Amino acid sequence: MVSAVASDEVSAHAVAATVTDPELPMLTLADLGVLREVSEQDGRVVVAITPTYSGCPAMDTMRDDLVHALSGAGYAEVEVRTVLRPAWSSDWITDDGRRKLAEAGISPPGAAPRHTGPVPLTLGPPARSVRCPRCGTGDTELLSEFGSTACKALHRCRSCHEPFDHVKEI
Amino acid sequence: MSFDNAYEAITEENDSRWAFGTGFTDPLEGVDTTVPSGVDGADLAAYCLMLGDDALILSHRLQEWCTHAPELEDEVAIANIGLDLLGQARLLLARAGRAEDAGRDEDALAFLRAEHEFRNVRLAELPRGDFGELIARLLVCSTWRLALVQRLTGSRDPVLAAIAAKGVKELTYHRDYAAQWAVRLGDGTEFSRERMTAGLAAVWPYVAELFTPHAVELRLAEAGVAVDPSVLRAEFDDVLGQVLRAATLDAPEVPGIPGVAGRAGRDGVHTESMGFLLAELQSVARANPGATW
Repeated sequence: MVSAVASDEVSAHAVAATVTDPELPMLTLADLGVLREVSEQDGRVVVAITPTYSGCPAMDTMRDDLVHALSGAGYAEVEVRTVLRPAWSSDWITDDGRRKLAEAGISPPGAAPRHTGPVPLTLGPPARSVRCPRCGTGDTELLSEFGSTACKALHRCRSCHEPFDHVKEI
Repeated sequence: MSFDNAYEAITEENDSRWAFGTGFTDPLEGVDTTVPSGVDGADLAAYCLMLGDDALILSHRLQEWCTHAPELEDEVAIANIGLDLLGQARLLLARAGRAEDAGRDEDALAFLRAEHEFRNVRLAELPRGDFGELIARLLVCSTWRLALVQRLTGSRDPVLAAIAAKGVKELTYHRDYAAQWAVRLGDGTEFSRERMTAGLAAVWPYVAELFTPHAVELRLAEAGVAVDPSVLRAEFDDVLGQVLRAATLDAPEVPGIPGVAGRAGRDGVHTESMGFLLAELQSVARANPGATW
């Protein structure tokens, strides 16, 4: 395995970039914007990742998967570090990532809110406009801001009546 | 391959056979947790415990709602909010452990402290109550905590500032959830209005404590590390005012419940229900010393 690395020159970044999110397996950690940095020195690899949400239970799995992928590619020494700053934003999901989400029936996030001063209270439905990833209509409604994972809200299409996940703007 | 006990066997170093790995990695792995110059490590640890314990204990109460929520959507919402708070608690307790520098990790702090060592406000620990009380408590706690962490993003401790910045995004959703339910219940049926009114009356005696600064908070606020909670009252009143007006409700007029000789949650003086909560929270860890999960 070690010699394979030497001959193919598969960079640690390229290997790390193939690791997928355990909850959204259509996305790589790079697509999701969670993979912040991969550095390589004398065969030692340091990978920096950032959590999407504070309690994201997928962090440990991501960490393990990165170590497995990199050690499988011949990197003997792999360290995965957490980066807390700046906090992850859904704006970091790449265009490729957004396309893959939509193809998987998950509505990608709009632009994340930016505040100066106190965060405004939202008493009505959110201002976001969400298109149904199945039939494409914009006639959709929010069912709940909290969905199957911390990062998703649950919406429903009024046209085709299918419920679907939407990645929340944060 | 032999092991001294079953835990070793299932948590050995090579975890490639487990689909989701094993154990919890330190949430601050690789983060520089040097205490900023001029900041007292013991004070910083105590402050992180205060904010961490608020999140841990309220998260535990939210977890008690699992399988008890009125609808599936709320089941998921309450669990998600509890998970966010648990995540904040893990980061803050880990940060407290590093600042204290006495070798205690997040698990030791969560599972091996006694009741008087917990620094959470008493509102976090009150018994579960009904759905109206849950919404009232979530509304009060998330409004207060959002105002707090938003100011904490400017903390001189970069770790605390980063944890706070993440919290702002999460708490915005928590507060909206609670506020929207408060309006729906308050401006709903006679019965829902009655429950929402009763819920607010149940939590209100513990509101004043949220804005009463502890000596540690004042010292660290002076040092640019913490937030003096008394400055949060105006924003809190403004937000609660908006929600209660939309819900056609009035703020309760009930007297506060003072601590004992001026000491309350931040000093480790808790209500009767705290001991029962900790007994459940800590029982597995205490019955199986050294176990990892």
